[in-house]
Amino acid sequence: MFNDFVAPSLYPAAPEIFLLFMACVILLVDLGVKSPRRTLTFVLTQLTLLGCAAITLLTSNTEVVYTFSGMFVDDMMADLLKLLVYGAVMLALFYSREYIQDRQAIPKGEYFVLALLATLGMLVMISANHFLTLYLGLEMMSLSLYAMVALNRESAISTEAAMKYFILGALASGLLLYGMSMIYGATGSLEITEVGERLYTYSVDKSVLVFGIVFLVAGLAFKLGVVPFHMWVPDVYHGAPTSVTLFIAAAPKLAAFAIVMRLLVSGLITQAADWQGMLIVLSVLSMGIGNLVAIAQTNIKRMLAYSAISHMGFMLLGIVTGVVGGDARFALNAYSSAMFYVVTYVLTTLAGFGLIMMLTRAGFESDELDDFKGLNKRSPWFAAMMMFVMLSMAGIPFFVGFFAKFSVLQAVVAAGYYWLAVAAVLFSLVGAFYYLRVVKLMYFDEPKIQEPIEGPLFIKVLVSANGLAVAALGLFPQFLMSLCAYALMRSLT
Amino acid sequence: MLENYFPILMFILVGLAIGVLPVLMGWLLAPSRPDSEKLSPYECGFEAFEDARMKFDVRYYLIAIIFILFDLEIAFLFPWATVFKDIVASEPMRFFGFIEVAIFLTIILVGDAYAWAKGALDWE
Repeated sequence: MFNDFVAPSLYPAAPEIFLLFMACVILLVDLGVKSPRRTLTFVLTQLTLLGCAAITLLTSNTEVVYTFSGMFVDDMMADLLKLLVYGAVMLALFYSREYIQDRQAIPKGEYFVLALLATLGMLVMISANHFLTLYLGLEMMSLSLYAMVALNRESAISTEAAMKYFILGALASGLLLYGMSMIYGATGSLEITEVGERLYTYSVDKSVLVFGIVFLVAGLAFKLGVVPFHMWVPDVYHGAPTSVTLFIAAAPKLAAFAIVMRLLVSGLITQAADWQGMLIVLSVLSMGIGNLVAIAQTNIKRMLAYSAISHMGFMLLGIVTGVVGGDARFALNAYSSAMFYVVTYVLTTLAGFGLIMMLTRAGFESDELDDFKGLNKRSPWFAAMMMFVMLSMAGIPFFVGFFAKFSVLQAVVAAGYYWLAVAAVLFSLVGAFYYLRVVKLMYFDEPKIQEPIEGPLFIKVLVSANGLAVAALGLFPQFLMSLCAYALMRSLT
Repeated sequence: MLENYFPILMFILVGLAIGVLPVLMGWLLAPSRPDSEKLSPYECGFEAFEDARMKFDVRYYLIAIIFILFDLEIAFLFPWATVFKDIVASEPMRFFGFIEVAIFLTIILVGDAYAWAKGALDWE
C-alpha cells in the first residue's frame, strides 16, 4: 500500500524543526527556573534564535528546493526573510527584557516561549508553498500573538485589545480560507506553484476564481492591516504591552510580505489584472486614512499604528506595479523595492519602539506624545536617535526611509502609474507633519519630567546601534537593496 | 435495489432497541421512590433553568481546553491506527510512519507536562 512512499527531505525545514524542538525544551526548562529575572530562559531563547540563523545560513543555497510533497519551499527569498525575522525577534526580546521585568502581571517564562512559537509560525508562513501550510503558519503566529497581547492580565485595555485582535483575526482567517477554497474549486490544486501553472495552462471558471481572489485579498489586507481592514491595528498597538506592540510591529510584517508574494505573485500572477485594482484601492486608502488620522493622535503607540497602516499601503504599491498589462519586465525591480521597503520599515520601527521602551519605568508607560516633550534636555543622544527614526519614517532624504520610498516610487513611475506616484508623494507630505511634530516636541518644548534615562548599558548600545543603522543604511542603501533584488531573482522563476 | 438498504434498516432497529430498552426496563422493573432531588433535572452542577448570564468558574474553561487537547490527539491517532498494519508491512514507511506519530505524541506530552507542572490539572 505504501511501497512507493519516499521519505521527505527534512533538510530544507531544518531551522523550523530546530526551533520547535528548542521551544519545547525551553518550555520544560522554564518550569525549573525560579528566579523572576528568568536569565536562563532568556539566554536559551536568544541562543535558539542564533542557532536557527546559523542553520538557515548553512542550509541556504541558490536553488529553489521543495519538500513535503511540494508543501514547503526553501528559496533565497525565504532564507533572507527568515534571517531578518530572527534579527527582528532577537532585538525585540532584548528591548523587552527590562520592560516585562518591571511589570509584575506579565508571566515571564511564557513570554519567551510564545515569542518563539510566533517566530515558528512566521517561518512556516515564509516557506509555505501550499494553502494549508500557509494557513497553518498564519494561525500558529496569530494564536501566539493573541496570547502575548493578553499577557498583562491586570490591564483591562490589554484584554480588550486581545479580544478585538482575536475576533477580527479569526474573521480574517475565515476570509482567507474561504478564498483559498474557491481557488481550489477553480483550479483543483492547493499547491501554490501548481495553481500558478494550471492557471497558465488551462482555462478555469473565471467567476469562481475571481470570487476566491476577492476573499483572498481581503484576508491578506486584514493581516497586513490596510484600510478598510485596519480597525484592529490602532487598538492592538495601543492596548498591548509596549514590548508586545514592538514584537507585532516588526517581524510579522516580514512574514505578511512573504505570504503576499507567495499567494499573489507565485500563485496568481496570471490573474494580476484582477488583484491589482483591489490593491490600488487598498493602498491609496491606507496612505490617505493612515496619514490623516495619525495627525489627530495624542498617543505615540496609536500614532505609530496609523503610520504602520500608511506604510503597508505604500509597500503594496511595489506589489501592484510588478506586472503591467501582461508585461513583467519590471517585476523584479518592483517586488524587490517592496521587499526593501518592508525590511527598512521593520528596522526603523524596531528602533522607534525600542526608544519608547527605554523611557518607560515600572508604572509609567511613556506612550503619550507629551512624554516626549523636551527629550533633548534629558538625553540629547536618544533624542537624536528618535529624530533619526522619525525622519526616516517621514522619508526625509539621506535616511533609509527615503530610499525605500524612492525605490517604490520609481517602480510605480516605471509601470506608468503617474497619478499613483503623485498621490503617494502627497500623502507622504501629510505624514511628514506628524513625524516632525515629535521632533518639535523633543527639541523645542520644555520637559515635563526631568529624570535622566536609565537602563542597562547593553540595551542603550543596542538601541543606539539600531538608530544609527537607520541613518547609516540611508547613506549606503545599495547593499541591502541589491541583497533583496538578488534573493528575489533567485526565487522568482 | 431495495434489499441493499436492509442492513441500514437493521441498524436503525437495533439502535432504537439499545436506546429504548434500558429506559423501558428501568421504568418497568426498578422500584420507584421519587423525591424532589431525584426529580430535578441534572445539568453538570448548575441549576438547569435560570438566567444564562451568570458567573461560572473559570476552571470549567481550563478543563474544556485540556479536553480539546486530548480530543484532537485521539482524532489524529484514529486514521493512523486504521492503516498502522499497512505502514508496518511496507518497507519504506516502516519506521517513518511510527516515528512521525511518536513526535506528534511527544509534542502533546510536552504541553501536557507543562500544564501539569503549572497546576492546571489540580481542581483546588
